[in-house]
Amino acid sequence: MLVPLSWLADYVDLTLDPKEIARRLTIAGIEVEDIITPAEWDGIVVAHVESVEPHPNADRLRLATVDIGNGERPHVICGAPNIAAGQKVAYASLGTKLIDGHTGEVTVLKKAKIRGVESQGMICSEKELGLSGEHEGILVLPEDAKVGAPLSQVMGDTIFDLDLTPNRPDWFSVLGVAREVAALTGQGWRDPSLEHPEGKKKARDFVTVEIEDADLCTRYVGAVIENLTIGDSPKWMQKRLVDAGLRPINNVVDITNYVMLEMGQPLHAFDYEKVRGKKIVVRRARKGERLLLLTEDKERELADDMLVIADGEGATAVAGVMGGGDSEVTPATRTILLEAANFKATSVRRTSHALKLRTDASARFEKGLSRHLPPLAASRAVKLMVELCGGTAAEGLVDAFPGREGEREVPVRMGRLAAVLGLDVPPEQVTSILSSLGFETRMAEQDSLVARVPYWRTDVVLDVDVIEEVARIIGYDQLPTTQLRGQIPTDVPQPMTALRERVKNILGSFMQEVITYSMSDPESLRKVLPPEELAINPPLKLANPLSRQWEYGRTTLRHSLLQTMEANIRGSPELLTLFETARVYLPREDDLPHEVESLCGVVSGRQPDRWGLPTGAEAGFFEAKACLERLFDELGVEGEYRASHDFVYLPGRTAEIVCGETQVGLIGEVHPHIASDFGIERSVAMFEVNLEALLPHVAGIARYTPVSPYPSVEQDLAVIVNTEVPAGRILQLIRAFPIVAEAMVFDVYTGDQIPAGKKSLAFRITFQSKDGTLTEEDASKQRNRIIERLRRDVNAEPRA
Amino acid sequence: MSSDTESVKTIEAAALRDLQAVAKLDALEEWRVSYLGRKGRLTMLLRSLADMSIDQRRSLGKEANEAKQRLETAHDTRRDALERKRLSEVIERESIDVTLPGSTLPLMRGRMHPITQTMRDMLAAFTSMGFQVAEGPEVEWDTYNFEKLRIPQDHPARDMWDTLWIDYEKDGRRPMLLRTHTSPNQIRVMEQRKPPIRIVVPGKCYRFEATDATHEWQLTQIEGLAIDEGIGMTHLKGTLAEVARRIFGADRRVSFRCSYYPFVEPGMDVNIDCFICRGEGCRTCHYSGWIEILGSGMVHPEIIEAQGYDPERYTGFAFGVGIERIALLRYGVDDIRHFYANDLRFLRQF
Repeated sequence: MLVPLSWLADYVDLTLDPKEIARRLTIAGIEVEDIITPAEWDGIVVAHVESVEPHPNADRLRLATVDIGNGERPHVICGAPNIAAGQKVAYASLGTKLIDGHTGEVTVLKKAKIRGVESQGMICSEKELGLSGEHEGILVLPEDAKVGAPLSQVMGDTIFDLDLTPNRPDWFSVLGVAREVAALTGQGWRDPSLEHPEGKKKARDFVTVEIEDADLCTRYVGAVIENLTIGDSPKWMQKRLVDAGLRPINNVVDITNYVMLEMGQPLHAFDYEKVRGKKIVVRRARKGERLLLLTEDKERELADDMLVIADGEGATAVAGVMGGGDSEVTPATRTILLEAANFKATSVRRTSHALKLRTDASARFEKGLSRHLPPLAASRAVKLMVELCGGTAAEGLVDAFPGREGEREVPVRMGRLAAVLGLDVPPEQVTSILSSLGFETRMAEQDSLVARVPYWRTDVVLDVDVIEEVARIIGYDQLPTTQLRGQIPTDVPQPMTALRERVKNILGSFMQEVITYSMSDPESLRKVLPPEELAINPPLKLANPLSRQWEYGRTTLRHSLLQTMEANIRGSPELLTLFETARVYLPREDDLPHEVESLCGVVSGRQPDRWGLPTGAEAGFFEAKACLERLFDELGVEGEYRASHDFVYLPGRTAEIVCGETQVGLIGEVHPHIASDFGIERSVAMFEVNLEALLPHVAGIARYTPVSPYPSVEQDLAVIVNTEVPAGRILQLIRAFPIVAEAMVFDVYTGDQIPAGKKSLAFRITFQSKDGTLTEEDASKQRNRIIERLRRDVNAEPRA
Repeated sequence: MSSDTESVKTIEAAALRDLQAVAKLDALEEWRVSYLGRKGRLTMLLRSLADMSIDQRRSLGKEANEAKQRLETAHDTRRDALERKRLSEVIERESIDVTLPGSTLPLMRGRMHPITQTMRDMLAAFTSMGFQVAEGPEVEWDTYNFEKLRIPQDHPARDMWDTLWIDYEKDGRRPMLLRTHTSPNQIRVMEQRKPPIRIVVPGKCYRFEATDATHEWQLTQIEGLAIDEGIGMTHLKGTLAEVARRIFGADRRVSFRCSYYPFVEPGMDVNIDCFICRGEGCRTCHYSGWIEILGSGMVHPEIIEAQGYDPERYTGFAFGVGIERIALLRYGVDDIRHFYANDLRFLRQF
């Protein structure tokens, strides 16, 4: 909300400079987001027009002599039709920056001869000063403006731009802000005057008000003003409205807006002559009821949960949202029926959302206004209409008030206040703070105080609400800071979180972690998942996605990592290794989706040489596997790699990772067609692990086994087997011998010396006994037993 | 004319017969050149149309063009089949023994994403004060994200969190959403545990928000909750001031101001002095000299009561910190969108 300070000053003395007031308001909860200061207008001063002579060489131009307060009397050429001797005007001397009245650009005023006469400066229009688009005539200043004073002193107003919280509808008014300023600067405030003369006719003789749906309308106040003349509102009011961000329309509408901004109560003016049946009915819309709204050119169909203001024949306004076009105030209007009502906040909000109409009125009603406000605001508006539109007020108000409620009293224990704040505040200070905010207080029992809540504070219901008032006026900065004490709660283990963080630690020590978006577009998912999977497990869909790009909850991380890889290759052969841990969302019937903690890593590029420069060898399956092996090794996970197939991977270069009999993940080289779909035209290897499936296989705390005191013996073994026999299977068989401390594969060979369909595998085996020193002979004997076993199980032959 | 029609048919039949015999991709290309190439048989026939009468041109041209299309389709089908065959041969020849060990990796430098780094530093500060990590779901019920936090349907405070809703309706409403903050897990933990409670909830949140230099639709938060006897606002201030000191250093000033969140009362925002102007007032801090780093407050007594605890006996505080905001300030990053763009030239700076 925009609050011009000159307006604020009507209700409270501004004893501090705007920056300090803004600071105090911000700390107290009214965030002053911006302080809009008037334009500098350097070199523009108030001038008095002493004489106006015709231009010797041009009919339309005139030559004015102005007094600018410093003894000089410059002659200025002016084409404005409204210039006259005796006016106070804004004078710009040469060299001043102004907005060009024709082009709208900022230009520097230069010496110029117009039709042979030199102009020593310029008299400015509103447009040239950046005040409005008005360029027909010059800006005429108030008569009391001091000659020679900088224009900013006369015209400028500092405006606070407030970012308000929805709990304080009272702050959506200049008066509400004034009350805060008063409390924060230790003084009182002035309520606007409601006094006005009334005519003989009674308001209730003009109109009757009937509230049918009292659950949605707690109060409806009507006032009537006769014989008024529709025209422009006075300049001062227009300026305030413009400064506050509203557009002046006519005096009656401007007054309703002015009072809304001033007191926070939205008002609506009906043309009384157009109120059919001279009655107002507040009721829910009939099914299918239609209404032409102000500012629109087509009728809207209303829903039957929307509250309307109807007259004797049908709906004329949507309650709290917008008036109807048929009862609009026009230049011909002579009598006004003014509405000031209290509607149910949630109903107004729902209706304004349904109609997609957020108005200044609905924004206030939806926050829950005070039921005591309508008669005050109505009287204020009537006063202004009597004064500014020449009308006669009918006597009294029509006031239907089914939701009558008493004043609220909230008891506050001093002990409770001390507990919540962590600070003892003496009762006298509490009382004084509360009374500065309009609360009345009395001490009840020894430790207790009762606060009577002022009518505008609809937000104060509980003791903590009162306690906050005390805290914020004292200032949060003034409260002491203390560290928590007391019992530290028993730990509740979070194994999944712990595993994910360990995974990040391990992989993050040699790979780059990335964090990508959780939502995806259908095309990306379709690139990495087979159609049948998408059909069986359709991903979670957003009802209101920001764009198609972020429409679906991802069920995999594949596409995210491939996209990130592609974006980072940039034509460089450098080896890139990326990983992410994030949740994927697997939808469930009528329930929240299953969120599975997942890991995905991608590896692409050329392996570095001894100097770190890219070599000729492209990283692939075994480089990705190296990353995963390092992870599993540190986690103590025994993972078995089994050749497998998957949509996204290249057949023959794909493995599933199995722990126990559970598949925990996949690894492989991404199918070149799919990589190419992502714009990657080189080999990319990828691994994926379901961390939830992995969790039960992570080793617990290590158990000690004694280190054998006896030396070990190493022997190599090369065997020839069918190409399809996995080396891992042979290693398993070798390691099954208790005498084998360790075994590793160190060579694979196919070629000339090996028959077709066969391969040679070389193993290094470390033999060690717990019971004594092994000789080479002992080892060879064991080695032969291994060969026998391999011959039997995998049809292996030792290589000569 | 009939003989010419005959010859279209003849060419097509011959072409299809030859295509059957094509077994390799290079042979397929030869086939294409000989029938459909610039000097191919069908192309030549089409060219000869120029010399014929309009009627002949019309009927023969139509027929020849249709034959051409059929042959092109047949060509493409054959090409795809040969591609597949070639690929499966390559696969057969190049399929690897997946059980072989991974190759030795050079000593590579790894890095955590700056959001992870910042998150962990924050969590370390909190856990050292006795807070325990408790995560919650990212896809939530409206009940937890809003209603149990005192933000019922049609409450104006809903505007404070623009929401991404899941396309799922029940009883005429959309009850499921992407959580807009980590606060719902306050409720989940309170439902499961008894005071004393001290938890932090790290995690991703999502907002229906257009992105710009300071706004992202996906964000990361840490929620905090402490409930016990005798917890007051001074403890909230003490806890947050200590974390701010650890994250930003002892020379940063911290200030506190009143704010509003429906699930706390009193509500409080925490600011640090602007890292650009050091409190003088500049564009980044809206000339206030301060930058908001988190929202917090004393847990609303109605929430404590709703979980079955006596609000007269138990009080507590809650807070929510946006990690991206903290990381921006900490590293002096000028645009929040850098974080999820994952440009290595950016990520490698941290």
